[in-house]
Amino acid sequence: MSFYETLRHFADSYGLALMFVLFLMLCLWPFRPGSDRHNQTAANSIFKEDSDGQ
Amino acid sequence: MEAVLGRVGLWFLILLLAIGAIIGAQDSGFAAHATIIAIVAFVLIWVTAGRYDPMAKAQSLFKMPTGPETYDDDPVRWGVLATTFWGLAGLLAGLFIALQLAFPVLNFEPYLTFGRVRPLHTSAVIFAFGGNALIATSFYVVQRTCRTQLAFPSLARFVFWGYQLFIVLAASGYLLGITQSKEYAEPEWYVDLWLTIVWLAYLAVFVGTIVRRHEPHIYVANWFYLAFIVTIAMLHVVNNLAIPVSFLGAKSYSAFAGVQDALTQWWYGHNAVGFFLTAGFLAMMYYFVPKQAERPVYSYRLSIIHFWSLIFLYIWAGPHHLHYTALPDWAQTLGMVFSIMLWMPSWGGMINGLMTLNGAWDKVRTDPIIRMMVMALAFYGMSTFEGPMLSIKAVNGLSHYTDWTIGHVHSGALGWNGMITFAALYYLVPRLWKRERLYSLRMINWHFWLATLGIVFYAASMWVAGITQGLMWREYGVDGYLVNSFVDSVAALHPMYLMRAFGGLLYLSGALIMTYNIWMTLAGRIREEAPMTETPHSDAADRPITTVPAE
Repeated sequence: MSFYETLRHFADSYGLALMFVLFLMLCLWPFRPGSDRHNQTAANSIFKEDSDGQ
Repeated sequence: MEAVLGRVGLWFLILLLAIGAIIGAQDSGFAAHATIIAIVAFVLIWVTAGRYDPMAKAQSLFKMPTGPETYDDDPVRWGVLATTFWGLAGLLAGLFIALQLAFPVLNFEPYLTFGRVRPLHTSAVIFAFGGNALIATSFYVVQRTCRTQLAFPSLARFVFWGYQLFIVLAASGYLLGITQSKEYAEPEWYVDLWLTIVWLAYLAVFVGTIVRRHEPHIYVANWFYLAFIVTIAMLHVVNNLAIPVSFLGAKSYSAFAGVQDALTQWWYGHNAVGFFLTAGFLAMMYYFVPKQAERPVYSYRLSIIHFWSLIFLYIWAGPHHLHYTALPDWAQTLGMVFSIMLWMPSWGGMINGLMTLNGAWDKVRTDPIIRMMVMALAFYGMSTFEGPMLSIKAVNGLSHYTDWTIGHVHSGALGWNGMITFAALYYLVPRLWKRERLYSLRMINWHFWLATLGIVFYAASMWVAGITQGLMWREYGVDGYLVNSFVDSVAALHPMYLMRAFGGLLYLSGALIMTYNIWMTLAGRIREEAPMTETPHSDAADRPITTVPAE
């Protein structure tokens, strides 16, 4: 098997599965238990001590 | 004194090198570019020596920040002015080439032919207008969200001025006929190398600021900015791998050939749309829309899903530019499928932006900046629906190479990128120059309607034009021959091209009104005008019903 074919078989088997799992983990990360407060703080962080930063 | 002498010496060395390059140049275009570098170096010698003032070393020509207690906003201010200027230049070039298509007599050879002004238009609006808007807003947003001063102030100034030099070299090169003929990547090898240096400096400033942050969390807008900077660096380097014919000549040849070159080009081209015109501008959306609406983003979770979906999906969509070409069929299908999958995260982002106004929808009526942002998001939604649809092979068979594509690009560029940038500029100007408010809010309203009407004229005429072209080109007669010659379709489109040029004129007029508005705001003027919200109060009606007893 050529180097190209080895890479290509990796890409459409383990590589694909790995990428998909990584994607799912990154998307589910903000839904982990107890993250609600953290998300609220992050969303409101741009309004903290708002004075347009002069 | 030594520092000033050193700097003058450095500029002088660059001047000498540039003069050497002019003498040894292999072609006139390269000599012209070396002349531009020489002029810049000469002006810098002049200004550095002339402005030498031993009492004010800290505040030199480039307005370095004096202490860590203020945000470093001078590069942001320059960026706002550059965005406004390049926006006008790019829109004017666009109107000119639209008129060239309707009236070919306007092709003034050799410098102002359609083939040379068209890349000038695309680069001016994408890289000069959009790029400056992205650099300026990213420097503004990263400081505010990280609550720290911009890292490496001298490097930040280099990024701004180095980027302007890139724009001047690219634009003058197109008119002189210097191009490597890759769409949205026309500049030749030495300009590409210069942009790589500037871009790595940009990355250093941005990451440096994030590292120095005083906020524990990195706000989501910075994720989008960072993805934009990192991905553009990667795309730019790979797509522009080329070997120059001579070290003192403009011409180079790509490292790839044939269909590989085409795929690399559209891997770059589509991700320039995805990461320059989408991720970067979404970063603006995720900061400026919540700030202007004075409420946090609708769902922070959705913004994170939006981010990762764009990152994972966009990079594969490029092959949809090469349907029915020599590209392997599986690669075309892959590009199509990923383009269709992109629809959902795009609409997730649009919904996230629009729903930020949940409970504050009255602002669409009273606040023209919010109105612009809503229109930008609506066009983001429309063009990210149209894009996946056009990427379907059967649809693409009709739409490819027609003006439908041009209409699609402009509903995204004028509607989404243009409108969100204008809104961000209106937000920034009074804050950066410490004015009470903009010169006129009603003029924003005029700008809004002129721009919206301009896009309607543009997109509607290009839909009709594109479908007309697609149907005329594929029409066979009973004898199996094509019914129409190409020039028949050109003649049929003339009224559409006039309408498109009219739409462009409206959009340019809106930008001119914005420029006037910003100019007067900077001059410290405030226009006497009726407020946007005037709900009349009637004293007579404002009382309870008094029942009259029956007799």
